[in-house]
Amino acid sequence: MAKFTKATSIKDWLNQRLAIEKVEKVMASEYWIPKNINFLWAMGMVLAITFGLLLISGIFLLMYYQPNVETAFDSVNYTIMQEVGFGWLWRHVHAVAASVVFLIIYIHMLTGIYYGSYKKGREMIWISGMLLFVTFSAEAFSGYMLPWGQMSYWAGMVITNLFSAGSLELNGVVEWIRGDYVPGQAFLNRFFMLHVLLLPLAIIALIGIHFAALRIPHVNNQDGEEIDFDVESKKYLDGDKAGSKVIRFANDFLSKDMFVVSIFLMFFFYLTFWNYGFAMDPVNFDPADGLVTPAHIYPEWYFLWSYEILRPFSKDLGLIAFAIAQVIFFALPFLDRSDNVAPANRRGAFAIWFWLMVVDLIVLTAMGKLPPEGAFNTIGLIAALVFFALWIALPFITKSEKKL
Amino acid sequence: MEKSSRRGFMGKAFGAVAGVGALGSLVAMKQSWDPLPSVAAAGFTEIDLSNVEENKLIVEKWRGKPIFVLKKTAEMVANQGETELARDIIVDGSHFMITIGLCTHLGCIPAYRDAKKDFLCACHGGEFNASGIHTKSPPPSPLVIPPFKVAGNTVVLGEEGPEYQKMKADGVVA
Repeated sequence: MAKFTKATSIKDWLNQRLAIEKVEKVMASEYWIPKNINFLWAMGMVLAITFGLLLISGIFLLMYYQPNVETAFDSVNYTIMQEVGFGWLWRHVHAVAASVVFLIIYIHMLTGIYYGSYKKGREMIWISGMLLFVTFSAEAFSGYMLPWGQMSYWAGMVITNLFSAGSLELNGVVEWIRGDYVPGQAFLNRFFMLHVLLLPLAIIALIGIHFAALRIPHVNNQDGEEIDFDVESKKYLDGDKAGSKVIRFANDFLSKDMFVVSIFLMFFFYLTFWNYGFAMDPVNFDPADGLVTPAHIYPEWYFLWSYEILRPFSKDLGLIAFAIAQVIFFALPFLDRSDNVAPANRRGAFAIWFWLMVVDLIVLTAMGKLPPEGAFNTIGLIAALVFFALWIALPFITKSEKKL
Repeated sequence: MEKSSRRGFMGKAFGAVAGVGALGSLVAMKQSWDPLPSVAAAGFTEIDLSNVEENKLIVEKWRGKPIFVLKKTAEMVANQGETELARDIIVDGSHFMITIGLCTHLGCIPAYRDAKKDFLCACHGGEFNASGIHTKSPPPSPLVIPPFKVAGNTVVLGEEGPEYQKMKADGVVA
């Protein structure tokens, strides 16, 4: 057994048992962050804070929400919104955060793509991040079922039907997922469980893995420069703070992070208090009715781009295209054949690829919201084909990229 | 086995026990998600067809799903082909289209346009004719005819009558 001495202070007592000073060093004051980064590097902390907002508002909603097909709609729209003190606040925080979290996720992903932060040892950061994106998508979808409005019901119907795998007609699988012929009590209950327990557990575990994946390769920087963290941190600790290329995670980098977070929070609460409508679909204020389909079914804005990839094709082809679109971003570190870790604007053709992809995703998003008619159909089809053409082109254009 | 140590044997023994346990629990988990017997058993709906108007869509409910009932006009019957006729359910001399009212693409409810005598699905733009046969992509197959039994002026859904079995034999329904 280790040797314990009479403690001189509470800190010393804890230090002997938990090594808190050592832990603090490893996690914060001697976790090194490069200096040449910009505000886009704060998106991770913004996401962590948004997840915290979702968790806290979710806990309060959970105390009044009833996962029952008869009472779910009223427990949200009457009990929480009208009776519970500040119930409206938790609901609007939860709805706005669920929408905004995807905006930040997309910025976070595109930042990673732009600066090449997914290769040369950083593959696991990218892959764990993509797993988080997929799990967040499932979390958002399962949460969307819970108010049991018309959009909840019909989104549940359409999305669970995807699992019949087109012409394979695996209706048994669909009925197994629903626990019924149509979305009903069993369906609502199990998606409630997924939303409040299983998926949040998975998200928390994945956040841990995502952070751990950063430790060895370290966070990238604006120039994609390979920094020798041992040398630079020694320089810093020896007193040459100006000459060193790194700073401490806490409190130095964290103060920058939290500054960006405070600007984000002003924007976030502006939306929550004055402009929450974008996160609350009007159709979902009608209770679920299995005998009336809403005139036009569309998902929330953050799923529109992949929904539009499903839409312009025949059923089987559409499903295959949709399935590929869901997972293709996982393959990014392996389809990018260039060794260059640098911002896209220094990588020649890749810069064009990046901006075409951004524009294409925006066009797909816009078309997904519009009714599937006439010219919108054609534009949607072209945008979907461009999406796949870009992924096919990626290995070729990066292979011929000049070494920087 | 000869070369493996005792610890290796214990590892394999644990692996075998854990494997059996994992398989067993998967069976239990799978079955826990199956539709409950009460859900599966509530499955018969009787529809009275005696007062149905021609070319006016009636929507009934069977197993939580909408059921389309459309009585065809004499003109519609006269103008239709063999494949359409094969899907007609004839009750008391009148021709009916009776199908599950869910688009075979992803399950939205198509709307009946009585002037054009066809169905349009607003979700992804699929179209069906008055016999439920798909005429415009993305739906890959006709509207599904539920198991039915003709009894006088009514049909019972959920039960396979001789007419339904004939459709099955002819390959009209799966």
